[in-house]
Amino acid sequence: MSAARVGVVTFPGTLDDQDAARAVRHAGGEAVPLWHADPDLRGVDAVFLPGGFSYGDYLRCGAISRFAPLMEELIPAARAGLPVLGTCNGFQILCEAHLLPGALMRNAGLHYICRDQGIRVESSTTPWTSDFTEGQEIVLPIKHGEGRYVADEATLGALEAGGQVVFRYTGGNPNGSLNDIAGIRNEAGNIVGLMPHPEHAVEDLTGAPSTDGRAFFSSILKKLVNA
Amino acid sequence: MARVIVDVMLKPEILDAQGQAIARALPRLGFSGVSAVRQGKRFEVEIDGPADETALSDVRKMAETLLANTVIEDYTVTVES
Repeated sequence: MSAARVGVVTFPGTLDDQDAARAVRHAGGEAVPLWHADPDLRGVDAVFLPGGFSYGDYLRCGAISRFAPLMEELIPAARAGLPVLGTCNGFQILCEAHLLPGALMRNAGLHYICRDQGIRVESSTTPWTSDFTEGQEIVLPIKHGEGRYVADEATLGALEAGGQVVFRYTGGNPNGSLNDIAGIRNEAGNIVGLMPHPEHAVEDLTGAPSTDGRAFFSSILKKLVNA
Repeated sequence: MARVIVDVMLKPEILDAQGQAIARALPRLGFSGVSAVRQGKRFEVEIDGPADETALSDVRKMAETLLANTVIEDYTVTVES
């Protein structure tokens, strides 16, 4: 049986694509590079939108990337059910593309934050979090200047009521996100975005605070193999 | 040729951390009597033809699509005279 194929998107200014591809391979999947200017998903089974500063964060984080030729293919595919995970800048792009509700704004304290962060997994029903248990406390690196999640009251209420909050910060809210939100999913559950970085926490060798990131990749690969 | 101005401001209910930081810096610089500052963006859009209703409708579409994120921001379109 051939390995599940997870696309990893590179925009100009993307930083974490190599780590993301490595994490996919580490979990036993095939990482397929996807280029922002190439409107071709290359038949992948899932897509990882990594972090960085795509298009220099010009205008707003993710605002320009959202219109990249690849995104014109990815947006309808994601709406049709393709599993997509966006971390950090990837989360910002998913919000700008309206694949996820709300927006990410400048951290409340204005500082760029780079630290190991406690996170509680609130939902294990997504294809990216099935190898976690609900309520599980994990530690992942965060590194962002614009990670404050905001949404209007109605949207926030709907997210909470529908179980769409997937991750919450624990041990202190680093950026002023509403309801301590670190990550959310769309209504269908196939699209997940979060500010923390699972792809940086898969191997002890790299000095990561944990290997808790592995479960993201094992979850999606299990889902794809069983599909 | 006409110049159309698009002003983009955070919605009033959204915390403007940058505006607050600016407001806090002003008294230190000797500016008193400022109760609040909000920071926004101004776009100067040069259009080839006159700023007629068709052109303004296009600019509003630009604002809606790219210049503003209407989840968190409001915009206004005015013609510079």
